[in-house]
Amino acid sequence: MATQQSRSAARLMMAPAVILLLGWMLVPLTMTLWFSFRKYLPLRGGDLGWAGFDNYTRFIGSSSFWPSVQATLVIVGGVLIITVVLGIILALLLDQPMWGQGVVRILVIAPFFVMPTVSALVWKNMFMDPVNGLFAYVWKFFGAAPVEWLSQASMQSIIMIVSWQWLPFATLILLTAVQSLDSEQLEAAEMDGASFMSRFWYLILPHLARAITIVVLIQTIFLLSIFAEIFVTTGGAFGTKTLSYLIFQRVLESQNVGLGSAGGVYAIILANIVAIFLMRIVGKNLDA
Amino acid sequence: MARAVTNNRKALNTAIAWSIGLIIFFPILWTILTSFKTEAQAISNPPVFLFFDWTLENYSVVQERSNYMRFLWNSVFIAGGSTVLGLIIAVPAAWSMAFVPSRRTKDILLWMLSTKMLPAVGVLYPIYLLFIKLGLLDTRIGLTIVLMLINLPIIVWMLYTYFREIPGEILEAARMDGASLKNEILYVLTPMAVPGIASTLLLNFILAWNEAFWTLNLTAAKAAPLTAFIASYSSPEGLFYAKLSAASTMAIAPILIMGWFSQKQLVRGLTFGAVK
Repeated sequence: MATQQSRSAARLMMAPAVILLLGWMLVPLTMTLWFSFRKYLPLRGGDLGWAGFDNYTRFIGSSSFWPSVQATLVIVGGVLIITVVLGIILALLLDQPMWGQGVVRILVIAPFFVMPTVSALVWKNMFMDPVNGLFAYVWKFFGAAPVEWLSQASMQSIIMIVSWQWLPFATLILLTAVQSLDSEQLEAAEMDGASFMSRFWYLILPHLARAITIVVLIQTIFLLSIFAEIFVTTGGAFGTKTLSYLIFQRVLESQNVGLGSAGGVYAIILANIVAIFLMRIVGKNLDA
Repeated sequence: MARAVTNNRKALNTAIAWSIGLIIFFPILWTILTSFKTEAQAISNPPVFLFFDWTLENYSVVQERSNYMRFLWNSVFIAGGSTVLGLIIAVPAAWSMAFVPSRRTKDILLWMLSTKMLPAVGVLYPIYLLFIKLGLLDTRIGLTIVLMLINLPIIVWMLYTYFREIPGEILEAARMDGASLKNEILYVLTPMAVPGIASTLLLNFILAWNEAFWTLNLTAAKAAPLTAFIASYSSPEGLFYAKLSAASTMAIAPILIMGWFSQKQLVRGLTFGAVK
């Protein structure tokens, strides 16, 4: 169908995007890989030569590595569980007939459009502040001592802030999936006397499986690299130093580029493992 | 009878959904309300909800003291520039992939998606170094380019899924009727592509506006957009709730409004067309 001429025109039209992205991917990646094998301290002498796999072993061997992996997993896991479970409930609820559905939808989706630095600061000061925060007031009202959220319950606090930001995304995607559910099938099941739980378990959940997978994968990719929320609230203190925050500190704060780059390579590998699964699903969808 | 039951159930649904919706929205509502209070009312005990002396003072103070307009302009420039630049590069690419697909189209699309998965922190130092070497650190141009590149895969993907929905038969019909290539693009394709391009523009403007890794790490005083401006309020001397709220409200208001218009596109854009 397509002529030779239109094929070469098509190639020409694609070229700028492909070349730019290729450069954007290869140049920094090569540099990171290169630095990760060098002893490179910009403030203390610059590039001090070949380091072999020293940076890789030192990054893993440092006392903050495993805690950072743990913090990352707890945050990602916690946020995923909260957003997926609440997202399913909210999606099913929003699908029901009600008055003012459009407005409720807008209310639920709104947090997604709040920039990360704003939501982190608002939660940190106006809600979680132990003196003037709204939570402190509620706690005092019930006669309890106010909690210093971001130091005493730092992980829970961050999980809560990030979940608040991502719940709209999960809800919106799951709602889209719920709406494509065959209502006749559901009604038939209801007529046959299937309880809500069995309808949910055997009809709704299998239908949502793909949407849930997509939510989990996409959120994981974004959550692995959350930055602003930690930067603004705890600055990595109180056990909230995630892997990406640790790398950020190594590279920009302590200016140990070799070590940080080795950490960067680990982060890239980790993200790619998740990405492969996501790409499979998206790729399958392309054929359909 | 049956109708009464449905109405009861509908009322219950409405009550539950509205309560949950208001709880989720409450932090935003509270921020907006606090921005109209005086500093004393903002931390008063017990908290005042609606019955306080509404004032616009915080807004003028924020503007005067920290020159809000300059940060706003930086945000507009960076988000708008990166989106427009991205569209200029992505439209032809998505176009050719949708209308002249080859065996490798799918691989190219997936590969583009994979560049989006690259964790930013993994390439932070190289970009930082390149920015210093090229004199791009703390410039709007530099940030515009970086944000364009990180959002380019999403732009290409969104456009591709929209373009693919344009039926090819229409093009053939136009060709049969003797339309030239120029007329075909101008009068047949463009009108059908505009809604998709507009949605893509909207969503990517939002994403670029809220981006908070590169904007925090690659800017200082000159090119800082609103994300960095707000982060500067986390230092202790900036801790005035009412002013913080006013600054926050101004930073999120434009996007909140745009976001409500782009709900549908959000799903398509962020799932790379996997959910529509």
